[in-house]
Amino acid sequence: MNYSAFLQLNEELSLLTIMVILLIYDVFAGEKALRFFQPVAIGLLVIHTIINCVPKEAFEVAGGMFKYTPMQTYVKTILNVGTIIVFLQAHNWLNEKDSIIRRGEFYFLTLSTLLGMYFMISAGHFLMFFIGIETASIPMSTLVAFNKYHHNSAEAGAKYLLTAVFASGISLFGISMIYGATGTLYFDDLETMLTGTPLQLMAFVFFAVGLFFKISLVPFHLWTPDVYEGAPTNVTAYLSVISKGSAVFVLFTIFTKVFGNMVEQWQAILYGIIVISITLANLFAIRQQNLKRFLAFSSISQAGYIMLGVISGTAIGMSSLVYYILVYMFSNLAAFGVISVIENRTGKLTMRDYDGLYQTNPKLSVVMMLALFSLAGIPPFAGFFSKFFIFSAAADKGFYVLVFIALVNTIISLYYYLLVVKSMFLNKSEHPIERVESDVPAKISLVICTVAIVFVGLISEIYNQISLLGFGI
Amino acid sequence: MTGLFDNFFSGSVPLEGYIIVSLIMFFAGVYGFLSRRSLLMILISIELILNAADINFAAFNRYLYPGHMEGFFFTIFTIAISACETAVAIAIVINIYRNLNNVDVDNLQELKEPDSPEEIKK
Repeated sequence: MNYSAFLQLNEELSLLTIMVILLIYDVFAGEKALRFFQPVAIGLLVIHTIINCVPKEAFEVAGGMFKYTPMQTYVKTILNVGTIIVFLQAHNWLNEKDSIIRRGEFYFLTLSTLLGMYFMISAGHFLMFFIGIETASIPMSTLVAFNKYHHNSAEAGAKYLLTAVFASGISLFGISMIYGATGTLYFDDLETMLTGTPLQLMAFVFFAVGLFFKISLVPFHLWTPDVYEGAPTNVTAYLSVISKGSAVFVLFTIFTKVFGNMVEQWQAILYGIIVISITLANLFAIRQQNLKRFLAFSSISQAGYIMLGVISGTAIGMSSLVYYILVYMFSNLAAFGVISVIENRTGKLTMRDYDGLYQTNPKLSVVMMLALFSLAGIPPFAGFFSKFFIFSAAADKGFYVLVFIALVNTIISLYYYLLVVKSMFLNKSEHPIERVESDVPAKISLVICTVAIVFVGLISEIYNQISLLGFGI
Repeated sequence: MTGLFDNFFSGSVPLEGYIIVSLIMFFAGVYGFLSRRSLLMILISIELILNAADINFAAFNRYLYPGHMEGFFFTIFTIAISACETAVAIAIVINIYRNLNNVDVDNLQELKEPDSPEEIKK
């Protein structure tokens, strides 16, 4: 057998190499050498991102089980950049007394989930997809439960793992029915064989549960606020952006390619899910005081917006979806970066604590404000453009009522995003959070995010590049 | 359905028999997941769900598509994955046990939606 075809998987291979290097480094390096663990990890990941950021020709490996399309390079690059930012932000948390001995594990587990997402994204067979999604979610639950001595973290880990496995079990049952109905699990073959018979429809609904859970759309969202609140803040950031972004991309490819003949059925399902997701999450977000819970509900409603790209099912929908993931990543990571800096220094997390933050920490408040403006979609910032593209993709296919509901919800979301801004800038407080000095890596990450929030929308070349490959889907 | 038990007693089980077993296992798992109060029982319920899917794969492969091995391969991979899941889940359950000295889900109430406006204000 000729194994040289596997050399085409440079992204996966180089990530695997980094993982092995870091593992050996963590096990064998002495106390002094370990101090450079984080810069080395980030440096390797930056090199990995740079050498893999140019799209290649489409190819297949392992008889079509692994299918590469050029668009995947962009998605993987977005995930890499997000991971680098999370690593930068995690610096301070990982140097605390409790977590410093397990520092290497954090990087290893995070990169394993990233590897799982790579395989999930490039899957051409349901087996590869299932292994990918599990490789992503099992290490993720250990990351959620990473703060071993905090009860909240363990509780969040249990909630995440049990619900994740439950969802993937239902999903697996759906895949087994797809197999029973068609006799194959290759995406290419399934495309023509799935025609929308009742059994296939039921299989589809069962299967979709697993992915909807990952993206935390509304009937499957109940784990999200609890896990986001209990998990370490940097893990929450990773969970809300990287994990969600990869699952959204996979959802798009599987829905449009594998279930392409059942487009009317899944559009009807998605229609309802989008409307409830956006509305319910927005209404719940208004009453939140804890900022991590607040961002959890905000991320559920953002997931609803991203689904607008999926429901259109076109090449424009694809490129606007990838663009939305990119922008959402920078905005959300900026917000979580500020929260993690303040939580690590002072332990304060509620909106009330943020009263008068501008007086003591003007820079952090401005970054947070820009992030929230971008999430809300206020014009000069990137969030506006991503929302605009995704709305126009959905409107292009005639979903006018849906786009209108989403627009109304954007206004509701503006209210609760501005609540935070108001408490930081306008509210007076007798005991504002004292001035906190963020560490250098966190500063770098916040600068990257802020620059991206301001400029990604204005530089149209980024969207052009993404849309060039959208037609390859 | 009439032929089901004839075949059963004559020694060859039809495909429907396997599907019925797997469906019963699946819904028993779902019911157990929703109703049990111990984390370990919830874990066992999840295993039931995963194994129900495995039975489906093996039965479909054997009866409908005997020429290929796809379903059997899938089953083997799923068993390995569910073993990983159990290992991690048990580790987390042990961690909870160390914190609380029991594994009752009723005690996992630190993280939840605040019920009343007073609680939210707090």
